[in-house]
Amino acid sequence: MTQADFVNIVMPFKDKVFRLAKRLLVSKEEAEDATQEILLKLWNNQDKIEDYNNVEAFSMTMTKNFCLDRLKSKQAQNLKIVHSNYQDNNVSLQKQVELNDSVDWVSKIIEALPEQQKIILQLRDIEQYEFEEIAEMLDMNQTAIRVALSRARKTIREQLTNTHRYGIK
Amino acid sequence: MVLNNIEKLLEKYDNGETTLKEEQQLRAYFAQNDVEPHLESYKVMFQYYSKTKQEKFTKDVPLKPKKNNLYKWISVAAVAVLMFGAYTQFDFNKKRTIDDLSHEELLAYNQTKEAFNLLASKFSEGTTNVKVLGIVGTQFEKASEKVDYINEFSNTTNKFFKNK
Repeated sequence: MTQADFVNIVMPFKDKVFRLAKRLLVSKEEAEDATQEILLKLWNNQDKIEDYNNVEAFSMTMTKNFCLDRLKSKQAQNLKIVHSNYQDNNVSLQKQVELNDSVDWVSKIIEALPEQQKIILQLRDIEQYEFEEIAEMLDMNQTAIRVALSRARKTIREQLTNTHRYGIK
Repeated sequence: MVLNNIEKLLEKYDNGETTLKEEQQLRAYFAQNDVEPHLESYKVMFQYYSKTKQEKFTKDVPLKPKKNNLYKWISVAAVAVLMFGAYTQFDFNKKRTIDDLSHEELLAYNQTKEAFNLLASKFSEGTTNVKVLGIVGTQFEKASEKVDYINEFSNTTNKFFKNK
């Protein structure tokens, strides 16, 4: 397998790997390192890539495990929390500030969720995987995934409505 | 009516029962600007999701071509083979005396020895014959010397004739 072949295989999901890593590790730098690590691991095991029927699902599983390990390890104590800047061109400044604030809130709320729910929410609501795929990636049954997802969604919305009310009144 | 539909979908969504297609509908609804005020929190949520999805991994990953260890191992194997060859060769070079030979080897040894002896005797016969040839040669040389004398003699006689 040449480098070009490898890049073609990896290209479609490398951003997904990065976003999942960032969801779990919060810091952009940490997520970048993790993604790099995952891609290098794939590259070094390129002979085996053809054996996996779903490289993407395999990579996502690998990312999840890697990030959880990372969080457990001592190095994780050096994690930095970095916020991205969100922009919206269509709204007025007043609204934009407000919106930025609430969008920021979403990420804060998600950050506070249990790891399991974080991963499932990321895979479903952001990456839009089918439940079957998520079940394969996380080695869980679909009902458990639905339950966790429902909990995560409800928590986010509850907290969002709360912050909104506090913000206004 | 649309709102009703959306609210139904949202309930399903909250219970984790929506399909990807239905979620796509919700996304499309919340992507537009005016949304019912009581659904504002959903809007923020979906907005966040679609924003996050645009994030890209931009760092370069240095992909080193996989090192091929085969050549390394081939050279190691070659050295091993050479060493083994030299060792066994060295072993064979050790001088063996006739006492070490087995019966058959001794037999073969004696036979070859006899054969060589035979060859040697024939060879010496041959050399005596050649010696005879040598003798003939010397005789011939002597004869040719004598012929030289005759030549000299005839030269002098010729001179005599010229002087006359």
